Amino acid sequence: MTEDADLAGGFACPLPLTDHKTVLLAHGGGGRLTQQLIQSMFLTQFDNELLAPLHDGAVVTLGGARIAFTTDSYVISPVFFPGGDIGTLAVNGTVNDLAMCGARPLYLSCAFIIEEGLPMEDLWQIVLSMKKAASEAGVMLVTGDTKVVDKGKGDRIFITTSGIGLVPPGVQLDPRNARAGDKIIVNGPIAVHGIAIMSVREGLGFETRIGSDTAPLHELAATILRSGDNVHVLRDPTRGGLASALNEIAGSSHVGIMLSESAIPLTDEVRGACEILGLDPLYVANEGKVLAFVPPSSAGEVLRAMRAHPLGKQAAIIGEVVADHPGVVVMKTGIGGMRVVDMLSGEQLPRIC
Amino acid sequence: MRFIDEYRDREAAERFAGLIKGITTRPWTIMEICGGQTHTIVKYGIESFLPSGVSLVHGPGCPVCVTPLEIIDQAIAIASLPGVIFTSFGDMLRVPGSAKDLLTVKAEGGNVRMVYSPLDAVTIARENPGRKVVFFGVGFETTAPANAMAVWQAKKLGLDNFFLLCSHVLVPPAIDTLLSSPVNRVQGFLAAGHVCTVMGFEEYIPLAERYRVPIVVTGFEPVDLLQGIYMTIRQLEEDRAVVENQYARSVRREGNIPARKLLRDVFAVCDRKWRGIGVIAKSGYELREEYAAYDAGKAFDVAHITAAESPLCIAGEILRGLKKPHDCSAFGRGCNPEHPLGAPMVSSEGSCAAYYHYGRLLTTPAEATS
Repeated sequence: MTEDADLAGGFACPLPLTDHKTVLLAHGGGGRLTQQLIQSMFLTQFDNELLAPLHDGAVVTLGGARIAFTTDSYVISPVFFPGGDIGTLAVNGTVNDLAMCGARPLYLSCAFIIEEGLPMEDLWQIVLSMKKAASEAGVMLVTGDTKVVDKGKGDRIFITTSGIGLVPPGVQLDPRNARAGDKIIVNGPIAVHGIAIMSVREGLGFETRIGSDTAPLHELAATILRSGDNVHVLRDPTRGGLASALNEIAGSSHVGIMLSESAIPLTDEVRGACEILGLDPLYVANEGKVLAFVPPSSAGEVLRAMRAHPLGKQAAIIGEVVADHPGVVVMKTGIGGMRVVDMLSGEQLPRIC
Repeated sequence: MRFIDEYRDREAAERFAGLIKGITTRPWTIMEICGGQTHTIVKYGIESFLPSGVSLVHGPGCPVCVTPLEIIDQAIAIASLPGVIFTSFGDMLRVPGSAKDLLTVKAEGGNVRMVYSPLDAVTIARENPGRKVVFFGVGFETTAPANAMAVWQAKKLGLDNFFLLCSHVLVPPAIDTLLSSPVNRVQGFLAAGHVCTVMGFEEYIPLAERYRVPIVVTGFEPVDLLQGIYMTIRQLEEDRAVVENQYARSVRREGNIPARKLLRDVFAVCDRKWRGIGVIAKSGYELREEYAAYDAGKAFDVAHITAAESPLCIAGEILRGLKKPHDCSAFGRGCNPEHPLGAPMVSSEGSCAAYYHYGRLLTTPAEATS
């Protein structure tokens, strides 16, 4: 913009160029389109040093204390699913975002957007789930808001929770911190939550009931931080799955990642469901899962500590950070070939045949 | 996991790789027909197990990729109509039409639903008697029986609000077209195991004889493919050209007889246009006259919709095995999965998408093309 431009009417930024004139579902899928939306719309306008790491939450210093601050919205359908409901998820998800910053979660806010006609019984069950999850995570729901929208203007209930927690001195977690040589550890089988949700959506009747693995991860995260010196990154790989989370970290840290397919924990039920639907479990959503990037010197100790925790019994080292191919995740396949593991592109759609 | 792990076993893969290396004395060009096989080849890095002279080219067996642009545009036109519920398998939703795709129709308020089976679409039709429910019936002989069953059930149930937008294609006429082309460079075929599970493999025997090419019916797991490639090269080295069945755990010579009868009852063979290839005689299915009331192409006023392909896209040459995705000037630049110029970049079975997702940095540039 030149100096003699007419700014009398106020300076208006042009609409960023995107491939799509309208917002698509895939813009919320956690993959490449989500990244594009964040980069082109939000980051260009909201840019600041606290937002820049694109971590699960921001860490701010207030009166000498380091406070982690995060927010998340929950729009899951169906509202009730095997292993939990939207209320469980709304508490655990925000607790986990704080845990990934290394924080001890303390206080949550809670905003409900309820569609007219939601049975009181359902709302009550969701509230009880939130109370139970908050009690298990040791957090208090200290403020909130309630809005009701016309029938047809929402999908039963949407919940937004924000949370704050205290980051202990010395903890420095940042998705930009992964270093060549780091071992990548996951606390258990992947893709469980996404398949649990799909199994109860219309049209799919699986014989095995797969329950969501939603769980508060703050204790496990604290265990990881206590047992390992200089843990570099913690990340819960939710939407977009393991593949998208690893791609984000490879990109932020300017490092390559080498995975070993045979080392990635996967249950037979989830594998079977993915085979039937033509889905790649690396891209299926998780809850209650954490990825830890740990220097090789403390990887053994961290793995032992994770396996001693109830949420980490099946923890495994699934790969390592390498100096080659920065920004790219590569996987050694089970039969010994190599492939690139790209970020989720669009929504993962079941194949025709 | 039983019936899967055996066919993704590293030792078995290495054993077949050793056998292939042991018998290969000359360069050979082999085409896998099916997009699912292309996907496995690139996903598991199968080409890294083969001698450098053995070249795999990827055939026209991705149903999403060969569905003509005008049919996509017709689907988009129907899905945009008020009162219509448009149902489809997932991966058709993102295929670009001339102006948009079906996901965009959904974002604009169209009632577009992803289903896992055409029978789910029949159920939706029963539950929504006031709406017209259309299923997008694309695919090869593999998906045709389920689509035939949906139409058959709709008629049996007396539904007058269920329609099939039918664009079925058949494999043997496509092989015939490829082999009769003067620029053909394919010396052996891996036939698609799922297609042959339905149809059997008798119709491939005259093709193998007439064109003197080995055809091996092959499965979809990495070890299946390596074994199928081994059987093909063994025939080529021994100067034989017959139909063999690697996928015997699923495929019988005569196929699935009840499924074939249903196909004959509901569908008639017709000429069909293939995206990137053109019209191939007797290469598709259309609904028989007695099922014409269920034909979305007739029930909706869309027959006049025609379309032109992007001039940059070389999908036609890729689908005919003349070029590989790397040979395209738009690959990874103007054309990527977020902004596809042609269908092979869209479907997870499309060879361009398979190369983009799995092979971009690891696959060497393609060998010389035709």
